[in-house]
Amino acid sequence: MTTVDQSPGTTLPGRQQPGPAPQPRRLTAIRTPDVLALAGALAAALSTTGLLWTEIAPFSGLVGYIVLTWGLFVLFYAVLVSFDQSGPAVRDRLVSVVVHSLGALVVAVLVFVIAYTFWKGWHALVHANFYTTDLRTTGPLDPVTKGGVIHAIIGTLIEVGIAMSISVPLGLLTAVFMNEVPGALSRFVRTVIEAMTALPDILAGLFIYATLIIILHRGFFGGAAACALAVTTLPIVARAGDVVLRLVPGGLTEASYALGSGQWRTVWNVKLPTARSGLATAVILGTARAIGETSPVLLTAGATFHVNFNPLSGPMMSLPLLAYQSVQSPFPAEIARGFGAACTLLVLVLFLFAVARTIGGRGAGQLTPRQQRRRAMGSVRDLARYERLWAARADAGYLGDET
Amino acid sequence: MGSGGFAQDEPISLFPEPEPFEGPESGQPQTPKKLTGRLSASDYAFRAVARSGGVLVLALMVLVGTFLAYRAFHALRKAGWSFLTTQTWNPNGGGFGIAAVIVGTILIALVAITVAVPLAVGAALYISEYAPRRIQRGLISVVDLMAAIPSVVFGLWGAFFLQWRMVSLSRWINDWFGWIPLFQVKGVTRNYTGPTATFYTSSTFIAGVVVALMVIPIATSIMREAFSQAPPGEREGAYALGATRWGMIRAVVLPFGRGAMVGGTMLGLGRALGETIAVVMIISPVFVIQPHILQNGTSSVSSLIALQYAESTPFGVSALMAAGLALFALTLFVNFFAALIVARSRSGAVSEV
Repeated sequence: MTTVDQSPGTTLPGRQQPGPAPQPRRLTAIRTPDVLALAGALAAALSTTGLLWTEIAPFSGLVGYIVLTWGLFVLFYAVLVSFDQSGPAVRDRLVSVVVHSLGALVVAVLVFVIAYTFWKGWHALVHANFYTTDLRTTGPLDPVTKGGVIHAIIGTLIEVGIAMSISVPLGLLTAVFMNEVPGALSRFVRTVIEAMTALPDILAGLFIYATLIIILHRGFFGGAAACALAVTTLPIVARAGDVVLRLVPGGLTEASYALGSGQWRTVWNVKLPTARSGLATAVILGTARAIGETSPVLLTAGATFHVNFNPLSGPMMSLPLLAYQSVQSPFPAEIARGFGAACTLLVLVLFLFAVARTIGGRGAGQLTPRQQRRRAMGSVRDLARYERLWAARADAGYLGDET
Repeated sequence: MGSGGFAQDEPISLFPEPEPFEGPESGQPQTPKKLTGRLSASDYAFRAVARSGGVLVLALMVLVGTFLAYRAFHALRKAGWSFLTTQTWNPNGGGFGIAAVIVGTILIALVAITVAVPLAVGAALYISEYAPRRIQRGLISVVDLMAAIPSVVFGLWGAFFLQWRMVSLSRWINDWFGWIPLFQVKGVTRNYTGPTATFYTSSTFIAGVVVALMVIPIATSIMREAFSQAPPGEREGAYALGATRWGMIRAVVLPFGRGAMVGGTMLGLGRALGETIAVVMIISPVFVIQPHILQNGTSSVSSLIALQYAESTPFGVSALMAAGLALFALTLFVNFFAALIVARSRSGAVSEV
């Protein structure tokens, strides 16, 4: 209850609160008990497992050690946290630990796969002849200082180049068709393309093998591999392009139509430029996929030790096939060459991916500062042009009344 | 509406009856004008080109499908129903069938999915919910990049690194869980002390683990996308009601991403079923149904094609196509099912909050 003040007016409570000034609570700070619980649980788990491994039970193996340590760590951590937290908080901490470990495990394993490939291929990669010669005079017993994979690099580039020059224009055209010409036909095309993305890549290779290789009777040739890769990547590019084109904001196309431009003008001047970065990403990722495909190439391109620039005759080597075939050999130099070829492949894929990240990864219509500057400059130029135009017209006396 | 001129006794209604709109010229109510688009010549040309492109791609895809089906039909007509039940593969003499290879394919894919899904869910949750903002974009890039890694790289890793290091784990599972028929290995009992490596190195289990590594990035990527789209309003609502982070995830993020979790799993399964090179590099092919996943020797449809196409007669190629088509039917079924589930889930839908 408050005492009733007889004097008229309002009384404000004093601003000075007794006690220390309130501090805003830091929500994300790391608290000492949390750190202690983590460190304590880790120490307890390590020492318990160590005791089990060395003194009590005859266990062995690094994997088992890590797994058991991890299990005990989770257990001890739960016990330690439950000393000063309630049930939901304990569960929250446990899930947090498990999710963190799963995320770290996935990233670590995937990075390790790449690192392992480079580690094994390092012997071959450090020699310059690996990139400048082919294997025509190199036997399986020759050291890695002799022979290289230039024939496979050239073969991969030619095959993937031909494949993409078929599948990118066709795929993007189909994507535009599915977006712009609605109807029963385009729905059917979309269904068939979605079905064909499920086609196992080896089946595409088998199709080309049964048509181009067996029926033509010309033996293996690089163009056949290119066709197989095109059959594999065409549905992928078409589908990815379809998804990207669908993300173009409707307002932009409607604005274009409202300004009186036709469908073709709208597609060419609004839709495709807006979706450009997404389309580029789709194409590049499709290329990366085509570069890494082994099984269609295995069935159609044949294997050779020579550089072959002609995609229409003679077998043509490619990097994944070289990697696959070299490591079947028991000789260390061959295996190193195989891993070296895999590394070259990885570098190609990494490069393409970096390019895709640089120009892609941006929503439709979002511009880089440079693009924005360019647009602004264009608009200034347009303004100057209009002003010249108006001035010229005024001089000629067309617009006498209005100016 | 003016502020002044209300007649006092007229009742004021907030929603007055709309008066029939009178057209400016005629006294009759106007009917909506019929809009007809007229395409210009360039639009006609554009539509013709686009349609022809679509038809060309359609023809190409249908050609691939019908050619495979036509050639496969040759083999199927000869084999009849025994194609589904025969285990051996001798197209040029004796029977051939997919009973062994399709079981091997499915077992490898199931092992892969069993290993991959918990890891993928964990990684997706970590990236979308737990990872600090600074490294989040980098992690997304890493996972997307991993989806583009050639399968031969995973195959090399599996054949040279994993294969021999998995033996002790296989032995351990066999020792303790060997009473489950799935984990049985013929010829090895718990007290067996001879060389064990040759019993375990080319098993369904190891091939499945390698394929799992290829499935993880795809599944993680799809799940992460859906998790990160869980509506912020509902997230904050859960926090405001006092939920812990896990409580929020369980109440908001996981239900929202359930469709994507199933869909990502199924898409990964589709990839696992069709994987060729990595499996070929691990397994040693046998043509009997091999239900013991830890034991040497298994087979899959795509590795069958990769290993046999070169020695095949034209009829043998037809038989391989029949096997491939059976695999295609399987992946098609899985993919369509996945698309259906993803489309019906709430993931990506606009939140009401």
